[in-house]
Order: sequence, then C-alpha cells, then structure tokens
Amino acid sequence: MTDLHLTVNGTPQRLSADIRSTLLDLLRERLGLTGTKKGCDHGLCGACTVTVDGERVLSCLTLAASIDGAAVETIEGAGAELDTVQCAFIRHDGFQCGYCTSGQITSARSVLREFARGDLSAASFDGCRGTVTDGPQQLSDEEIRERMAGNICRCGAYANIVSAIKDAAS
Amino acid sequence: MKTFAFEHADTVDGAVRSAAAGARYYAGGTNLLDLMKLGVETPGALVDIGRLDLGAITPTEDGGVLIGAGATNSAAANDPLIRGHYPMLSQAILSGATTQIRNMATVGGNLLQRTRCPYFMDPSFAHCNKRDPGSGCAALQGFNREHALFGASAACVAVHPSDMAVALAALDARVHVHGPDGVRAVPIEEFFALPGESPERDNTLRAAELITGIALPPSTLARNSWYLKVRDRHSYAFALVSVAAGLDVIDGVIVAAALALGGVAATPWRVAAAEESLIGAPVTDAAFRTAAELITAGAAPLAQNGFKVDLARNSVVRALRRAVE
Repeated sequence: MTDLHLTVNGTPQRLSADIRSTLLDLLRERLGLTGTKKGCDHGLCGACTVTVDGERVLSCLTLAASIDGAAVETIEGAGAELDTVQCAFIRHDGFQCGYCTSGQITSARSVLREFARGDLSAASFDGCRGTVTDGPQQLSDEEIRERMAGNICRCGAYANIVSAIKDAAS
Repeated sequence: MKTFAFEHADTVDGAVRSAAAGARYYAGGTNLLDLMKLGVETPGALVDIGRLDLGAITPTEDGGVLIGAGATNSAAANDPLIRGHYPMLSQAILSGATTQIRNMATVGGNLLQRTRCPYFMDPSFAHCNKRDPGSGCAALQGFNREHALFGASAACVAVHPSDMAVALAALDARVHVHGPDGVRAVPIEEFFALPGESPERDNTLRAAELITGIALPPSTLARNSWYLKVRDRHSYAFALVSVAAGLDVIDGVIVAAALALGGVAATPWRVAAAEESLIGAPVTDAAFRTAAELITAGAAPLAQNGFKVDLARNSVVRALRRAVE
C-alpha cells in the first residue's frame, strides 16, 4: 500500500492505495467518479481520458503513485452547468451510446486549448511551411480528426463529433 | 499484475544506484505499465525518474539542441527549437501514438519502448526469444507481414516501433547516458542492437545506464525534410514502412542528404551508399529512385512482408519529393 495525495476536481484527497493502482481504478473504485470510463484498459481507446496538471492523459496507463501530488480533472469537474463543448456535442448529436463521450469531451476541450497555444498535429505538416513554426491558423476537419485520433467511438459518431468541435471552436 | 516496490528518485545518481540494485526505470509508463498488465514485464521494483528535472530543451554551444530525456513527446514535438531547426523530428514524433500518450511518454522512454510484435506482446504464445530467450520465434513461420526486411536473424524478426528514432537516426543524434561508471554519449547508429543471437537486448545500454538526454548536432536539412509514415490506417498505428528524408539543396544540386527507414528492422535502417548517391545529384525522380534502390538493397523478406520492399522504395521517392516541395 502507498499513501497518495491528489487534488481531484479541486478537492484534496488523501488515499491509501495498492501500489499497482492506476489512476483510472482509483477514480472509479475509490472515489466513485465513474464518469471516467474503462474501455480497453491498455491505452488504445481513450475512454479513460482525464487531465493531469492541465494536460490530457490516459488514466488507465497512469500509475497513481507516479502522479502523487498532482491535480486531476475528470468529467465530473465540469459541474452541473454544461460548457460550450458539451452543448455542441448535444446540438450536433456527437454520440450514440455515450460510453466514449466523457473521454471525447475531455479530449475536445484539450484540443481547443492546444490549438489556441499553437501546438502542432501531424496534419499541420500538410499546410504551408509557416504552419510548422507558428501553428495552424484554422482548426480544419483534418486537424480535428488527427487531434482526436486517440478517442475511439464504436458507434461511429465521428462526423458529428468533428462538427461539434468545429462549432465549439468558432 | 505482479506487485512491486516503488520509489521516486531524487537524483540521477540515486536513480542509477536503485537500477544497479535491480529496479527498473519508470517514466511515462505508457509502454512499461501496459507490458506489466500483460505479464510481459514483471519488474520487482520501479524507480520513478519523473521528478529528476530532466525535461529541459536547450540550445547547445555547437549550434545544436539538447533534449532532456524527461521531456514529453509533446513537449519535444512542439518546442520552437525543434519545430524551427528539426521539423522532421516534430513530424516523426507527431506521427506516433496519440496526444494523450505523447503527453505522458518521454523521449528517453520512446527510445526504450519494446517491439509490438504480437508474439512478444502476448505471453500465451510460448515462442518468443525476445521475451523468453531460447524459446524460439513464432513470427518466423507465423504472421509476419509487419516484420523485418533487414538485419533480422533466425532468433528474431521483430522491428523497432519508434518513429522518433528514425528521424533521430537521419539527424545523427547522440544519446547521453549516465551509468554506474559515469557518463557517455552514444551515437544513435550504435544505440540500437540488431537481434543476432540475443534478441532480448534491444540496445547497447550497459547495466543500470539511464538516458539523460538526446543531443542533436546543427542541421542544414530543415528546409527540405519530411517524415513519411505508411500504415494500415491513417492515425494511431505503427509504421509498415516509414522514411525520414532530409536534403540540403544549393542551386538545384543536392549537397547533403540523410535518409533512414523505419518499420523494417530492429534499428532505424540507414545505408551510406544511398545517401552518397544523392550528393552532387540534381533534384530529380531518377536520383531519388537510385537512392531508393540502394537503401533497400539486401532486403530479405519473410513469407508475408514482401510487399514492404516495394512500399519502402516508393515511400523513399515520395518522401524525398515532399522534402523538396
């Protein structure tokens, strides 16, 4: 067992946990935050996406002990008020069964932040050379698809997810 | 998962001491933790190197750049120095994995990730010399369409999965390591190991050595470079073939060339004759085709991966074309 201190959705949490615990299992099994989903548990699907110290990561491949002291934000951290991204997902019907949705929304929010600060994606290299140094000017469909590639949707709601993110970005 | 001891290292020397006593280094964990879940890796102790402050990316006195081994893949790919001077490296890193994984994975860990050969990844297959030395190689007669064209042995035909390493090979990077006997810098072409009789060894690191950084020499290839990755689906897949290509062109004549293939060997695959053939040549498809023939000379395809020979040749030509566009 190991003692951990995490700030989860703004609330300090002190826990004693098995050293093998992933952040995903800690959130779901110990803190009751089941909005974060376990899909593949091997870093392939993105359903477990949360942010750690502001950046999106896979909670299933995060050893909880390795982030002792960090600030974690899950889908529950958004509170009762829907934000721009959530409203856009509803407006564009960006889901069907909903299992991947909390990961999709967490990733989508990160995509908007990453784009705003000029981060690149593999799609950015298909533009002009200046894009590589300055970052893309437009969040094109290709950029959104590439940046969201880590979130799988088995229902295949991709077209509507792209529309929702494009809408939320504008 | 088998349980393990866990500690956060406070200093590089402390981390190396723990590793010398048997602990495995733990950084982003994206590969190691997954392999532990699968039962492929069963370390008795982990030493977390995530708090060693090894993440800086800084210019060097010779005009190059030193990437701290603890920098995340995302940090390296988005760093202004890398984007400006080594765009091929940014492109290669961003061609691999997903943003979530790149936000976790470090550049040191990227070099140390294990092969994705399906027989290695699944302990229910009895025959894998890389996982269990002496047990045989199931891929030799099994599913091997993704496996090696070059440098393989009867003991192992797996390929190295890193995109970043292919660009680093083309850029003549050096890997800085810190071990029980001090520090050294390993040229990237001497870092990875072909399987031979000992495929359990992926690289030439000595016991308990810790990667602390990757040094890039100054490069004249930034203007004309490209990383091309060809795979079964467009994103979030490993390369069937990849090409890191960089040229320096003056008045229509190639004066410097770097070319490396990924997805075709246990190391990034570079052939001096292919690069030399480009020096002094005009920027033409004929010159690119000659280089493509030379870099794929000696290909030894397996039963299912013969298509990768043509794929590699065509990809080299396409990458060189994109590099000069």
